[in-house]
Amino acid sequence: MKKYLGALLALPMLVFAQQSERVTAQQFVDLQQGQNAHEGFRRAHAKGICVTGEFRSNGSLTDYSNAAVFNKGAHPFVGRFSIAGNNPSAPDLKAPVRSLALSFATSAAQQWRIAMNTPPVMAVSDPHTFYQQIKAIQSGTIAEFFAEHPESADFIAWKDNYQPSGSFAAEQYHSINAFYLTKDNGDKQPVRWAMRPTVNVANTSFDGDDALQNELTERLTSGPVIFDWVFTLATSEDDENDPAVGWPESREQIVAGQIAINDWQKQLNGDCHEINYDPLVLPDGIEATRDPILRARSAAYAESYRRRAVEVFNGAFEEQQND
Amino acid sequence: MTNRFSLTMRIMHWAMAALLISMLAAGLLMVRSLEPWQLSLLTIHKGFGVVAAVLVVVRLVIRLAFSVPPLPQGLSRLQASVAKLSHGLLYALMVLMPISGYLMQYLAGRPVEVFGLFRLPAALSVDIEGYAIFREMHGWLAIVLIALVIMHVGAALHHHFIRKDDVLKSML
Ligand code: HEM
Ligand code: HEM
Ligand code: HEM
Repeated sequence: MKKYLGALLALPMLVFAQQSERVTAQQFVDLQQGQNAHEGFRRAHAKGICVTGEFRSNGSLTDYSNAAVFNKGAHPFVGRFSIAGNNPSAPDLKAPVRSLALSFATSAAQQWRIAMNTPPVMAVSDPHTFYQQIKAIQSGTIAEFFAEHPESADFIAWKDNYQPSGSFAAEQYHSINAFYLTKDNGDKQPVRWAMRPTVNVANTSFDGDDALQNELTERLTSGPVIFDWVFTLATSEDDENDPAVGWPESREQIVAGQIAINDWQKQLNGDCHEINYDPLVLPDGIEATRDPILRARSAAYAESYRRRAVEVFNGAFEEQQND
Repeated sequence: MTNRFSLTMRIMHWAMAALLISMLAAGLLMVRSLEPWQLSLLTIHKGFGVVAAVLVVVRLVIRLAFSVPPLPQGLSRLQASVAKLSHGLLYALMVLMPISGYLMQYLAGRPVEVFGLFRLPAALSVDIEGYAIFREMHGWLAIVLIALVIMHVGAALHHHFIRKDDVLKSML
């Protein structure tokens, strides 16, 4: 009898011990924000600039998805260019990763948030290993980390060839995680997508901390910034749940149209700062895969959003807005 | 039997007790977890949260339309008012939890999908300060609700095993 009682008591403890190797959303965001959190700002990709524009859909994805965004025509969005990191005044040109996020509020019931980065793949396949990767970067042991993680091969291959450009407009931004395009009849097509730039800008003459933001605002005075929105269709040979493995070049690609960015606002003045670009806010016609990295994003973004929302409510930006 | 809650009230009570305790557990788990089931649990939480909102309205209508058994004899004035107050607070929280949950999603521009059947509308432009109010409300009221439920269950067991009156039986 005692033995059973002991086992009964040990069970929850075992479950708890198992659990404690796992990183929580709070621990993840603590790591991202670092020692001194920047009140009111995102805990990741803190520095950015709001943009507005429209997606000019050519209708070619309506065979694969019911999402209203793919209907032929113009669909407005509120977007944000950013750089990775928790510092809202970090130097643009030093950031290893650049990003683009989009929010489509097609109707009250159909909204879509997208957050994309310059690498096409992750270096790891799950959030707990990603946490260790960030720790390795912070402690200067990333080379050792990569040596122990063969799944980083595709990421490293990209990194070794990547040349940062001189403009937000000249980068290619990737969904990294795969999603399903779905139809009412139950068809499901796994895809990844990228925003492909239409200009080539090797360097910029802008310098200083805000070089990329200044380059962008200057560029927008002479016309919109355009990207092709390119979808890559997986075949049954590809694992849509592993964000560390690239898909072969030969996979079918469909250009769904172009996004045109027309205007910009400082991040605290524009609409983008209030938005949580949680990539799991999806409209009908798009579904999440089981990719563990993708599935981890919602809870972490919500934790970061909760923290900064309270800080904004408590007046984190009142000073900035006065001057 | 007049000192028993009506069958409808009893069914409502136990169905909602199970639902709300599961909602609290699901909520606390999902805001911490980075596991692949987090998204599924979040979706279920929102769907059942909407169900809970509908149920509490029905329950309040029934509660106000029909009589309920009196409190047991021999309670002091204070005990009687504490009992009434705690039941009132439980009802209030059963209303406020889903309202704050929905409003936080509304103001964050996140349409709530209910079991893949339909979607509730969300704001077209996000209001982060409004979100902060209802997000914090949802989190803090959940803690108050947990405390109240613990007191409430404790009181029910106290009546049954210590005072040996018919309070718990009135709900069985
Ligand atoms: C487990 C993996 C990840 C975690 C835990 C994570 C965490 C976060 C957090 C906490 C934020 C701030 C959210 C806010 O306060 O609004 C954020 C922003 C962002 N993340 Fe991630 N992220 C992950 C993976 C990714 C991936 C794979 C991508 C790219 C495809 C990505 C792209 C972005 C972008 C672009 C933003 C900024 C969005 C904006 O402009 O508001 N993240 N991330
Ligand atoms: C009876 C009703 C409900 C109860 C008892 C309940 C309980 C909870 C609890 C305990 C949490 C965790 C809070 C924390 O740790 O801070 C939570 C989170 C949450 N609830 Fe509810 N909830 C209810 C209804 C709803 C409804 C109707 C919705 C939306 C339609 C909703 C949406 C959410 C969301 C989105 C979160 C996560 C917030 C985040 O990740 O920051 N809840 N809920
Ligand atoms: C599982 C544990 C629970 C037990 C053992 C229990 C037991 C009882 C009992 C015995 C009563 C009758 C009290 C009287 O005679 O006035 C009662 C009433 C009530 N219970 Fe519970 N309960 C439980 C969970 C809950 C939960 C989770 C809620 C809601 C969040 C809840 C809400 C109420 C309310 C509002 C009343 C008052 C009914 C009325 O007078 O209209 N109970 N409960």
